[in-house]
Amino acid sequence: MLEWKWAYSLEILPRLLSAAVNTLIAAGIGYLIALVVGLVFALLQRTGVRPVTFIVREIVEFIRSTPLVVQIFFVFYVGPQFGIRLSPWASGMIAIGLHYASYLSEVYRAGLDNVPKGQWEACKALNLNPVKTYFRIIIPQAIPPSLPAMGNYLISIFKDTPMLSVIGVAELVHTATTIGTETYRYVEPYTLVGLIFLAISLPAAFGLRRFEAWVARYFGMTK
Amino acid sequence: MNEPDFPIKLESGAPMVRFAKVRKSYGELTVLDDLDFDVQKNEIVSIIGPSGSGKTTVLRMLMTLEQIDHGVIYVDGEPLTHMGKNGKLVRANNRYVRSMRSKIGMVFQHFNLFPHMTALQNCMEAPVQVLGMSKQEASDRSEELLQMVGLEDKIHQHPARLSGGQQQRVAIARALAMRPEILLFDEVTSALDPEVIGEVLGVIRQLAAEHNLTMIMVTHQMGFAREISDRVCFFYDGKIEEQGSPTKLFDNPENERTRQFLSAVLDAG
Ligand SMILES: Nc1ncnc2c1ncn2[C@@H]1O[C@H](COP(=O)(O)OP(=O)(O)OP(=O)(O)O)[C@@H](O)[C@H]1O
Ligand SMILES: [Mg+2]
Repeated sequence: MLEWKWAYSLEILPRLLSAAVNTLIAAGIGYLIALVVGLVFALLQRTGVRPVTFIVREIVEFIRSTPLVVQIFFVFYVGPQFGIRLSPWASGMIAIGLHYASYLSEVYRAGLDNVPKGQWEACKALNLNPVKTYFRIIIPQAIPPSLPAMGNYLISIFKDTPMLSVIGVAELVHTATTIGTETYRYVEPYTLVGLIFLAISLPAAFGLRRFEAWVARYFGMTK
Repeated sequence: MNEPDFPIKLESGAPMVRFAKVRKSYGELTVLDDLDFDVQKNEIVSIIGPSGSGKTTVLRMLMTLEQIDHGVIYVDGEPLTHMGKNGKLVRANNRYVRSMRSKIGMVFQHFNLFPHMTALQNCMEAPVQVLGMSKQEASDRSEELLQMVGLEDKIHQHPARLSGGQQQRVAIARALAMRPEILLFDEVTSALDPEVIGEVLGVIRQLAAEHNLTMIMVTHQMGFAREISDRVCFFYDGKIEEQGSPTKLFDNPENERTRQFLSAVLDAG
């Protein structure tokens, strides 16, 4: 009854792979947004300026306690009301980027908090200004211990890309569905999509662990 | 905070460091109580005293790691904690503090080296980033300093690969790289294994012999304090209870508390 058609699989594979490449690009750009905005969120929360820390704290809490799908809809459909008209791809990457920025800001926050007080004092004693203290001394020490969590979020972003299909982004799952409706065969497209996700996530997780170890060694954090 | 009773500038011939009526409290606890404390140029002063007597606090305030509650600290005749503005003494702003702070360096009990940088990079960082020195010049000077502290073969090692004694020597070189006029040492051998204390004291001894640096040293090494200090101050309860030349303070202490403290540490050590 359930029959796997190899020829059909091979025929649709190129379309799925090209969607996979686009999905990876979207995830990658979303992640870059998350990395940068997350750091900005984390640093703003440490300015000590009451209204700033309060507002950023609330934004982060708000983003963390609402579903990503809603945020994707919001950026895509509500953005134009404010004159911001974005393509589905751009909206999706921004929504994912902001969503994960709020999670990454917590990762950075923990990382920054864990840098020993003595490091700040050494910077002050050497008269380094606050910007150099952060970017040359504190952040480089906060990142290596945060890498495992940061890597997990990269993989999470990739796995969350199917949610972009709600606004019509032709990522992997959306492409598989399109193929299915065209041909009335769903087994092969969805199975292939699952395998493609696996084929990317597993090596990525492995690569990230290798990267963490390399960073630790490179920066002399371990013997 | 206005400090109307204090001069905006000290007269010429002023000490290198002056604490004038400095008070510091943490909540209910008064750690320093109207402390008056002078250190002359190129003088080597050791601070001894029981735990909690405020020794570290004195150094931290001079390094501007901590704010004072009352009084004024002067460095080289100029206010450090305050600045003159329209003929009045007001709290120093960040920019002013940064300009004054460059005269002072500090070596910490736990080294506080930058773990992601090699010994050489640790020493070069502030000269390049703060003084704007060229990388080449900073590297040459840092190498010289690391050689002076006996670490010429370790310049490309990260702190994690150095022993405690070696790390502390890098920290001393790093502080010297900024050419401070005043160098503060806070129990710099307390975190070290006994067998490497000597190498760090050796470096400090060498600095003391050159005698072109004002040094304030909090220490529990009584023998070393006696050997290199021009003056020893015994702190008790946020005040200088007794001070004088090492011979006077160690051999003929006048104060009962000094006597008790010395007999306790000498018995223990
Ligand atoms: N950040 C702080 N908050 C609250 N209390 C503090 C703080 N820093 C220091 N103290 C208190 O101030 C007092 C003096 O501390 P300080 O570190 O100057 O003592 P010390 O003479 O250096 O002692 P030790 O020999 O143990 O190093 C202590 O009672 C200490 O508990
Ligand atoms: Mg102390």
